[in-house]
Amino acid sequence: MAALRQIAFYGKGGIGKSTTSQNTLAALVELGQRILIVGCDPKADSTRLILNAKAQNTVLSLAAEMGSVEDLELDDVLKTGFRGIKCVESGGPEPGVGCAGRGVITSINFLEENGAYDDVDYVCYDVLGDVVCGGFAMPIREGKAQEIYIVMSGEMMALYAANNISKGILKYAHSGGVRLGGLICNERQTDREYDLAEALAKRLNSKLIHFVPRDNIVQHAELRKMTVLQYAPESKQAQEYTTLARKIHENSGQGTIPTPISMDELEQMLLEFGIIKTEEQQIAELQAKEAKKAMATVH
Amino acid sequence: MTYDDDYANDGEFHQRLIADVLEAYPTKSRKRREKHLTVAKAVQAPAAETADGQPEEGLTECEVKSNLKSVPGVMTIRGCAYAGSKGVVWGPVKDMVHLSHGPVGCGQYSWSQRRNYYVGTTGTDTFVTMQLTSDYQERDIVFGGDKKLYKVIDEITELFPLASGISVQSECPVGLIGDDIEAVARRKTKEIGKTIVPVRCEGFRGVSQSLGHHLANDAIRDWVLDKKEVEHESGPYDVNVIGDYNIGGDAWASRILLEEIGLRVISNWSGDTTLAELERAPKAKLNLIHCYRSMNYICRHMEEKYGVQWTEYNFFGPSQTAASLRKIASYFDDSIKEKAEAVIAKYQPLVDAVIARFKPRLEGKKVLLYVGDLRPRHVINAYEDLGMRIVATGYEFGHNDDYQRTGHYVKDGTLIYDDASAYELEKFIENIRPDLVGSGIKEKYPVQKLGIPFRQMHSWDYSGPYHGYDGFAIFARDMDLAINNPVWGLFKAPWKKAA
Repeated sequence: MAALRQIAFYGKGGIGKSTTSQNTLAALVELGQRILIVGCDPKADSTRLILNAKAQNTVLSLAAEMGSVEDLELDDVLKTGFRGIKCVESGGPEPGVGCAGRGVITSINFLEENGAYDDVDYVCYDVLGDVVCGGFAMPIREGKAQEIYIVMSGEMMALYAANNISKGILKYAHSGGVRLGGLICNERQTDREYDLAEALAKRLNSKLIHFVPRDNIVQHAELRKMTVLQYAPESKQAQEYTTLARKIHENSGQGTIPTPISMDELEQMLLEFGIIKTEEQQIAELQAKEAKKAMATVH
Repeated sequence: MTYDDDYANDGEFHQRLIADVLEAYPTKSRKRREKHLTVAKAVQAPAAETADGQPEEGLTECEVKSNLKSVPGVMTIRGCAYAGSKGVVWGPVKDMVHLSHGPVGCGQYSWSQRRNYYVGTTGTDTFVTMQLTSDYQERDIVFGGDKKLYKVIDEITELFPLASGISVQSECPVGLIGDDIEAVARRKTKEIGKTIVPVRCEGFRGVSQSLGHHLANDAIRDWVLDKKEVEHESGPYDVNVIGDYNIGGDAWASRILLEEIGLRVISNWSGDTTLAELERAPKAKLNLIHCYRSMNYICRHMEEKYGVQWTEYNFFGPSQTAASLRKIASYFDDSIKEKAEAVIAKYQPLVDAVIARFKPRLEGKKVLLYVGDLRPRHVINAYEDLGMRIVATGYEFGHNDDYQRTGHYVKDGTLIYDDASAYELEKFIENIRPDLVGSGIKEKYPVQKLGIPFRQMHSWDYSGPYHGYDGFAIFARDMDLAINNPVWGLFKAPWKKAA
């Protein structure tokens, strides 16, 4: 048996991490891989498409119900879904209370100690939003994920987040050996999206591992709590995810230490790509607008 | 002046000692620590003495950097904000339950640390020596601890119907995960009709217990004062005693003197106090503040909001006690002033007897102090009344204004240290070899092993009281017991004595 491969998906909230990761992992099974998904989001929606239902029993909710995590059995929280993919949701507090970060630490420790990582080839962490605190950095610490895949798009905030997550990876790259596997661009149909994603990847000393085109079929599948692989296995989009799965699988050991850039550099890059405008451009536009308005009132 | 204060310390020697001690530090630590160590220097033109025997200006100038973060790894003597709030300010309020809110450790290890004396039936209407904790578990961290707090408050209300209120003493995790304990307090106060005080005294805040005192004062201001109708028939001689923790019964030893001079103590903070006393404090005419460091905040607030004047006093040793009684009386009419003189005269024979008995045994003995709150300066005259000399003193968590006030007490050449490390203190003691060291439990045994007598000056070594005239007799006896204990004559092995 090959050594256990651990990967994690990070990215701006709402960018499509869970959707992309579940579709990709469903495709990865075709390559003969046994997979465990660890959802690290209090919303517990990282495994919905695989299980065709929202996971009811999260590690933390059950632990709270029973008293402590020591009272918990692995079977209580480990569910098997589409194509035999094993799924666990860490869960966490309702918004605005407690410490979800601590929850992630608690559940990952529980899973490791109770043998959830035995008999699988892949462990995949799906982590919410940004690396806001130590808890959400847990999967990139020593002995956890070897490669991080950042899901992003051509939108400015997604680029900011990608750069920020790279900083988190860099912090642990030397102590723990985590690497940036690459960027996955989830198309939003913004201006020059592909070029921008490529350029950012380059600046981060990484690569754009795949550009996932926008396709409404993903939405159709998601509404039915399915991955595209299950809903429309013959579709073009299913092919895209299969390609991405193969690329990730072949990317083992190819990760790099990221070189996050400063805010100024990032903004300069966006200027170059015309995403944000220089002050002169803004003033010119504003003046044009004012002039138009003035014309309108005159008439 | 009744005490013998005609001495100076060897400032040059102390200056060399500081240099020696600093030598051991790496450059960065040395730079930081040297600002905390100094030698008191006589003020050039000593100002005229005021009526109460206290020079208006300090005798000496002994300013150092203070209230800064301790250097890591130096075994600081300091505590944390939680210790300051729970142990010092809130813990002694006897008819309230003080909840250690968080994991069990902080509560367990702060259980009955300070001897807060009180009168009452423990577990029925008084709770000082009891320890209650919400015992945070992992799930409380992950899901938030507010739900548990609601439950704990209900349990306390049911278990202790006579408790007049609850204070919630926050441990670190409460602040880390952002529990909304204020919302819980507001809701439960409404529900059960008792005072619930949330205190944000998480231990990671501030550099020592000092911030905890401040936060606890603010909690009294925000959650106790003006929260209820207070029935109180005001009298012309109503005073509050603020910052007198009643260790070994000091609050009572002080109170009898105040009552003897005709004042009415309507509130005594926080030794042997009740919530009702806190609530009626703003009705007093004058705040008498003993522990300036821990309670000046609330006194300033009461002055601003209710116009209650405040004055500091010192009841350690007869000369300071007499000076303080006169100072306090000066705020009132002649009847009080006359009574103050009468009281001072009444106790003079006792003072004379104590001095006659102990001064010959203690005269000229050198004392080194290292304690908290106001004692590094306040106890000095008590020693000097017995003919002893203070060679060195320092504060655990003092601020700038404490060191300014210290200048009123210490003599030229006195060694001054702020937040001294275990290493520094040991070096100072070894080289000065005082006849007595007054500090805490952690310092006691190493000092005694050096062959130097020691008294705990936080807990009075389980003795006391040391305040007032009664306290002076006990103080003198205790110092004599420590210094003239025959055990120190047996320190050298007999076979080495011959040599």
